[in-house]
Amino acid sequence: MAIYITQLFNGLSVSSILLLIALGLAITFGLMNVINMAHGELIMIGAYATYVTQNMFKSALPASMFDYYYILAIPVSFAIAFLFGWLLELSLIRHLYGRPLDSLLATWGVGLALQQLARSIFGAPNVGVTSPSWLDGGLTIMEGVVLPYKRLFIIALVIICLLAMYFYIYRSRAGRNMRAVMQNRDMAACLGISTRRVDAVTFAIGSGIAGIAGCALTLLGPIGPSLGTYYIVDAFMVVVLGGVGKLVGTLLGALGIGMTNTLFEYWTNASLGKVLVFVCIVAFLQWRPRGFVAMRTRSLD
Amino acid sequence: MLAVQQLEAGYGESIILRGVSLKVKPGQVVCLLGRNGVGKTTLMKSIMGVLKARRGAVTYDGADLTKAAPARRAKRGIGYVPQGREVFSQLTVYENILVGLEASREKSSGIPPEAIEKFPVLPSMYERRGGDLSGGQQQQLAFARALASKPELLLLDEPCEGIQPSIVDDIRDVIRSIKQDGKTAILLVEQSLDFVRSVGDYFYILDKGAVAWEGELDWLSDEVVRKYLTV
Repeated sequence: MAIYITQLFNGLSVSSILLLIALGLAITFGLMNVINMAHGELIMIGAYATYVTQNMFKSALPASMFDYYYILAIPVSFAIAFLFGWLLELSLIRHLYGRPLDSLLATWGVGLALQQLARSIFGAPNVGVTSPSWLDGGLTIMEGVVLPYKRLFIIALVIICLLAMYFYIYRSRAGRNMRAVMQNRDMAACLGISTRRVDAVTFAIGSGIAGIAGCALTLLGPIGPSLGTYYIVDAFMVVVLGGVGKLVGTLLGALGIGMTNTLFEYWTNASLGKVLVFVCIVAFLQWRPRGFVAMRTRSLD
Repeated sequence: MLAVQQLEAGYGESIILRGVSLKVKPGQVVCLLGRNGVGKTTLMKSIMGVLKARRGAVTYDGADLTKAAPARRAKRGIGYVPQGREVFSQLTVYENILVGLEASREKSSGIPPEAIEKFPVLPSMYERRGGDLSGGQQQQLAFARALASKPELLLLDEPCEGIQPSIVDDIRDVIRSIKQDGKTAILLVEQSLDFVRSVGDYFYILDKGAVAWEGELDWLSDEVVRKYLTV
């Protein structure tokens, strides 16, 4: 019993991390169709923003305040990644809409440049971020089953991000305009929406959420300049499997990959488990090429 | 109000419009006629700014809009019901109309009643997605969306194309009532001569990318129709 609960929780935890790193991509790739290979580096930027916040707290404030740095680090990493995303959109992505191959190459280049920038500023070795002490330990729900607070915190953070995104996209005026632009750019412009601004803001928000993901990743281990490259494939996998353009799809994609990954790794071993997950994804996409949630209406037929 | 001077526009290498000039006065219903492929829709798109003009000028209320983005033209008071309706299929009917409010020049909180009172069927479908409506319902939605911002000039591109006769009658009534209110001028592209004769004030006939004939609607003689419109 204890093992099942532990595995179930592990699955949920892996899913939540996958979802967090894929949420930003669900916007930039899912909604805007930009193959953003620099997404991983935006995650890395968020992680380093957390690192810098931690260092500033260490040097400027008394030790008793240190534990609260993490609360501030979340909005800071969002803001910094948002800013980078905004600049990236203004300077590069804007000129590459509708040219997937060019944007793939260009953003990959940007990713390499950002990695090198991080290497120059922070050095090549990984740096550690000390988690706040209120996230140490875990919740014991029965004998042999301890749910670490860090993992629980990440799950809660994902839920908050997901809800915030849901309200922004589906309930706010800005989100409505965003969906209108993504569905029919010309018509949205003819109705008075500034498509340029919507593009920039949308891309920046996707980047900002990648920053939050980076902030969360600092809880799980040391961070380095190539942090993003570990996650970029998983992020694309989640968005493609979930179905492009829908938030629910991304959620299902993350749960699907996270759960099966944990399950297969438990039954076999880490590397074989990963292979099996990939086989399942390939097979699934043969069966349903558009992923879990495909958009279908009269107008698209 | 709207003045188009010597407009040239086209797609890629091909030029469709070769020096079109026309005028729309406040409150007037101007009809744009012509066979298929003479450039009626291209002209509408260039007036709205979806297509960039190569040469010539589009002025509106004295301001030169030739280089302005579509969004700026919409905010100056030009509403657009495009060919094929172009309803946002994934947005609900209600959201579609709310998007139409973006071009509104007054700070209003909700959808103006005059935008939907002409289409009593729409409020009962507010929660359905735009793409799930029938063609006629989508056309009514596109009208309501354009009227939401209270435009002073309405561009209508074949509003009756592929729509059942009863809704064509509804649309004719809507155009008439807009004309009666006198606040909105209309530039109408339409194939049906009966429809044009029942609502129009003035007409232009396009042929080979240029204005071939123009005049008060009463002057639209059978001879002109035979020469420029019959296939």
